[in-house]
Amino acid sequence: MATVTITMKNPPALYLEAEYICPDEFAGKTVAQIAELHVYEGNTKSTLGKYFEVSGDAGATAEDTKIVVRGDVKKVKYIGMKMSAGEIVVEGSTDLYAGAWMTGGRMLVKGDIQAFAATAMKGGELIIEGNAGNYLGAAYRGDWRGMSGGRILVKGNAGSDVGMYMTGGEMVINGNVDVHLATHAEGGKIIVKGNAPSKVAGQMVEGEVIIFGTIDVMMPGFKYVDDVDLEIEGITAKFAHYVGDTGERHKKRKGQMVYGHLYQKI
Amino acid sequence: MAEYIIKNGFVFDPVQGIKGDKSDVAIKDGKIVKDVSKSAKVIDAQGKTVMAGAVEIHAHIAGPKVNLGRIYRPEDKLFTCTATKGIERTGSGNSIPSTFKTGYEYAKMGYTTAMEAAMPPLFSRHVHEEIRDTPIIDEGAFPVFGNNWFVMEYLKNHEIENTAAYIAWLLRATKGYAVKVVNPGGTEAWGWGLNCLSIHDPVPYFDITPAEIVKGLIEANEYLGLPHSMHIHPNNLGNPGSYQTTLDTLQLAEGIQPKNKFGREQVMHITHMQFHSYGGENWGNFESKATEIMDYVNSHKNLTMDTGNVTLDETTTMTADGPFEHHLTGLNHLKWANCDVELETAAGIVPYIYSPDIKVCAIQWSIGLELALLAKDPMRCFITTDHPNAGPFTRYPRVFKWLMSKKARDERLTTFKNADKVIGASTLANLDREITLYELAQMTRAGPAKSLGLTSICGGLKPGMDADIAVYDFNPEKPLADPEMIETAFSKAAYVFKSGVQVVTHGDIVNIGNKRTLWVDAKVPDNPQVMRDIKEKFLKYYSITQANYESLGHHFVPNPYALEVDATQV
Repeated sequence: MATVTITMKNPPALYLEAEYICPDEFAGKTVAQIAELHVYEGNTKSTLGKYFEVSGDAGATAEDTKIVVRGDVKKVKYIGMKMSAGEIVVEGSTDLYAGAWMTGGRMLVKGDIQAFAATAMKGGELIIEGNAGNYLGAAYRGDWRGMSGGRILVKGNAGSDVGMYMTGGEMVINGNVDVHLATHAEGGKIIVKGNAPSKVAGQMVEGEVIIFGTIDVMMPGFKYVDDVDLEIEGITAKFAHYVGDTGERHKKRKGQMVYGHLYQKI
Repeated sequence: MAEYIIKNGFVFDPVQGIKGDKSDVAIKDGKIVKDVSKSAKVIDAQGKTVMAGAVEIHAHIAGPKVNLGRIYRPEDKLFTCTATKGIERTGSGNSIPSTFKTGYEYAKMGYTTAMEAAMPPLFSRHVHEEIRDTPIIDEGAFPVFGNNWFVMEYLKNHEIENTAAYIAWLLRATKGYAVKVVNPGGTEAWGWGLNCLSIHDPVPYFDITPAEIVKGLIEANEYLGLPHSMHIHPNNLGNPGSYQTTLDTLQLAEGIQPKNKFGREQVMHITHMQFHSYGGENWGNFESKATEIMDYVNSHKNLTMDTGNVTLDETTTMTADGPFEHHLTGLNHLKWANCDVELETAAGIVPYIYSPDIKVCAIQWSIGLELALLAKDPMRCFITTDHPNAGPFTRYPRVFKWLMSKKARDERLTTFKNADKVIGASTLANLDREITLYELAQMTRAGPAKSLGLTSICGGLKPGMDADIAVYDFNPEKPLADPEMIETAFSKAAYVFKSGVQVVTHGDIVNIGNKRTLWVDAKVPDNPQVMRDIKEKFLKYYSITQANYESLGHHFVPNPYALEVDATQV
């Protein structure tokens, strides 16, 4: 795999929209061509090369291309947007919509990530070593199609509205989450090793949410069923099993009503 | 104003009966003329197709429900925004484009006139503000009458003169163009949580039936002699078996003759017929009844219709048929918006995905094409997508492709996921007809213009008419190597003129033209009773005063064009 390294040398005054920092866009291009790719600073169209020093080589295809992003990119949005293959490593923290609409490949962010990361993600892997913001793996504003495939791992905490309208895929959050986890979910699996304050899985109709820590206020639409032994991420423990959200419409499959499942470690 | 001469194109003009002859079209002072001086600018149309600017008879492109669709569907704007380019302003949206994008996209396809199909009278000011901000194309708006309290009260006693006087007043107050009817009685019934699914279901409280409303409005329309006929979205839209309700509705026009000075020959225009041509009892045995519907339409000259072609896209449905949208959200479980418009109408909005993998959607697609291909008189059957309900208007070139090429539509038909079931549910696979360019000009230009009473103004290339002209990169003499060429050519016209101003060059907007708002000024004998009723309703029921109701002046209608009718001597 060929590696392109881009290093922030001229930080923007405004936020930078850089959806072309993506293996699909870099593949098959020379360093000079990569530096010519468009970015927007505010409403001004500019080039990647104005802000970043570009070095290394891109592969012939996205699959063969790895991008290493160095320097302060806290004000850079859309890194890895729509990536389908290859790899991105962000050595620091980054702004909104990282890995949004990604369909494949692997993206690693060593710092924190802001809101709307992995919006409507379809496949691939997103690993965040720091904390994630709000609306991780959620649907775009107004849309009803959230994360539908792939895997997300957050080693720190995540914000509110994580997994909103999630329909598939898997998400593991080692820390705590804020309110409105898995709202409207219709599939997929979310594992939270820490705590979730309240409004967990409201209007969820299908899928699984597993909470290792506390839930301050349980949604009234969830019904306790039984205690179960589960092996989650290599840990075997006893969980209280709830189904819901009983206030919602539920479909039937093979004569059985389909529910969202909420497990809380006892 | 500049003179132009469009030279050596293949001209298709049903108004003059020109079927692809190589000839020149001359423009002077905004009109089509016989000759121009030698200084006229020459537009080389060698090897290209020349037609009049197209006329959209039914689309939802301005007003509160369109705008509510824009507000509640940010995802419709995702990845569909267009940046500033030349004189073009930014635009956004796919199924519900912003006003500027709407004007540009119509013009790029060679459309120069469009009708907003459902104006809630109470919100006519909003409609006109959006029309004003939609560049290039001439527009009119149809106020809705089918669930209006005045209309129902007058027609309950068959008071045609009073209904006509009220229509004349409302057209003037709202700067409206025609009498639109949406689910007659049903939308009012929706206020009680009910609906009118047949033409004989009584409307709660008003004790009138849809049949009486429809017949009465046709009579009032002909009493006034309006340019367009009563324009109806019948009861029972979109349900399996709805074709029977449609046939019942069509029969209401039987024996009624048109009376107008505009050359219009129909007394009823039925819109988005595709949604009204369904057989079967449920979604399992859902099937096309296009043959039955077209047999009736073909043999009744006092009817015109448009198709409402499904384009197989993700779109946004929006209609004044409030109960239908509630029914639809129950089917697809997507978000729903609903609004009641006091005394007048209502509206609902639901996003919809016409998926080629879903049997019903593919049959709906078949029905729309079937209707157009079964039409014996292309001057009475027009192509629409009921934008955005069956698909965005920007898909017209694709619909043209399916209609003009059997190869293109068979490729689509045979690759549906449930192809066997879809093919079995309609006669589309057996239809070999390919719409010709001349027929296309009838179905998109001359036909709708005649139905709208605009024959003397647009839809043709006869000297004296407005110079609304579209030139396409399409050579009818060359064998069609690939049907995609149809879609490409009609998506981006080579040249478009609007009232003699060149607005499009090679698919780019070069001028925003001289956009007008078309409306109908109908004079009726003084009618103190109706004037008193209007005053009383504003005092007793409306939440605003009469002075704040009317669309007046430069702000709302900066460039009006009034078609006048005089019913004082009837």
